[in-house]
Amino acid sequence: MSKDVLLKVELLSDPNLLCVVRATIEQLTELFGFPPPERRSVTRAVDEALTNIVRHAYGGQPGHPIEIVFRRVPPQRAANRGDGLEILLCDRGPAVDPLKLRGRRLDEIKPGGLGLHFIRQSMDTVEFTRKRGVNQLRLIKYLQGARHDSNS
Amino acid sequence: MQISARRTENTTIFDVSGDIDLANSPEMRKALLGELREKRTPRVIVNLTKVRYIDSSGVASLVEGLKASRDTGTRLLLFGLSPAAREVLQLSRLLKIFEVFENEEQALAS
Repeated sequence: MSKDVLLKVELLSDPNLLCVVRATIEQLTELFGFPPPERRSVTRAVDEALTNIVRHAYGGQPGHPIEIVFRRVPPQRAANRGDGLEILLCDRGPAVDPLKLRGRRLDEIKPGGLGLHFIRQSMDTVEFTRKRGVNQLRLIKYLQGARHDSNS
Repeated sequence: MQISARRTENTTIFDVSGDIDLANSPEMRKALLGELREKRTPRVIVNLTKVRYIDSSGVASLVEGLKASRDTGTRLLLFGLSPAAREVLQLSRLLKIFEVFENEEQALAS
């Protein structure tokens, strides 16, 4: 395992495990140095991403594999950002339709379609890719201010 | 998540505790729609004081409750929002759509 990897979690597509992952992320983001609002943002983004995998990639069926890898990535000094927490979420569901990754407009009051919006609002980087039958969602949240980086 | 109801003649208060997520939001949805759409209780209040986390499926359940209240001419009120609950309603631009109160007394007085 790369030295930049902070944590690797393998779980099955069971909604009852979401609370376990949230608790883990709350602890990890605190350890990483994020203040409470950013801890909630990262937790919310990963929880919503997992919810999408369980509901859409695996059609609500339990027992399918999900992998989450947490890594430390270098600061973006030009943007006055400290170290970043990168989170890779991988599933083996069908390819995702890019049109469905846009999220819906918020000027309509209707249930559903909010998860992607929450993810995009919560993270600094959100990228979807598919390689060799694996959907990968890459999320990054940076610490604000260079004083937080690992070299200080 | 746990949900329990306190009922008076015209009002039902749902006391919800724990996290509302994909695993249990259908339970809250069923409780809200049963009260608003089937029983047509004039005023339904959701106590979120002990809810630490609410995800998009939980927000969707609240929106369905809101739509049911509008369809039936009843009211759905919320109080006791945690920072996490307030944030998701702000992110989804719903904070001003719901009737939100600080505490139970204010909700009952409205």
